Amino acid sequence: MVEQNDRLSRAFAALADPTRRDLVARLAAGDATVSELAAPYEVSLQAVSKHIKVLEDAGLVRRSRDAQRRPAHLEAEVFDLMTKWIERYRQQAEERYQRLDALLDRMSEDDTETATDTDQERGAAG
Amino acid sequence: MSSTTKHETLIEADAALPTVRIVREFDAPVDRVYRAHVDPEQVKQWLGPRSIDMDITTWDMRTGGEYRYTALSGGEEVAHFYGSVHRVWENQRIVQTFGFEEMPEAVSLDTAEFIDLGDGRTRLELLSIVYSMEARDGMLASGMETGVKEGYDALDELLAKGAGA
Repeated sequence: MVEQNDRLSRAFAALADPTRRDLVARLAAGDATVSELAAPYEVSLQAVSKHIKVLEDAGLVRRSRDAQRRPAHLEAEVFDLMTKWIERYRQQAEERYQRLDALLDRMSEDDTETATDTDQERGAAG
Repeated sequence: MSSTTKHETLIEADAALPTVRIVREFDAPVDRVYRAHVDPEQVKQWLGPRSIDMDITTWDMRTGGEYRYTALSGGEEVAHFYGSVHRVWENQRIVQTFGFEEMPEAVSLDTAEFIDLGDGRTRLELLSIVYSMEARDGMLASGMETGVKEGYDALDELLAKGAGA
């Protein structure tokens, strides 16, 4: 579990950097070499190479064995998973609010059935 | 159980800011939705997941107040949540911190806005702010821990595959 969380943190941490997010966005369009990726930036090849290494260590990018070019390739499946995490988070919030929907429904039924509403007294904490 | 309208929870994780925004509408007047947040008897009916019991020790939703509750799964204590209530505007807004003992360095500043849409409807807008993008993403990912274990396993496989290539 700890190890899984470490990997998860690494993947997310790698994407916390705006340059790396930009690199990922460009790799989404297709594989590219470090020099191709570095072209639009005012940074050294080494700096871009370092960013790619971070993405690689995080499992987000793969470098092919092509010794000359070594183009970077995006692990699209990882991003599908990330989308799923966010969707899972959303679902949990949605489940929570469906329970609140149900509670609010019950409350409004109570209201129409009885004139005395003790919850009204209890509710306002201020 | 709401039969009138189908409401969807909207989540926004900003690309550049360590925030999570949740928006949800309810077929109930704003004072009702607000009360469901401040009355502990009501809160425990909806806040925790179904499999989790909330043992609320303190729920003082007043300016300068605090809250503290323990999450129990099958009678076993699984997490201890707490926070300070920074300020409340009755039926309008609650500003509070949110944290848990198991990860004391993870704290968010949460603002809940209760917006009266008229016709007995309410929009709830929640904005959580944490101190880094990494903490925010960890917060989003923590959603996995309560249920979909296979997600981690699948990630593990993918990451292991990537590292080996």
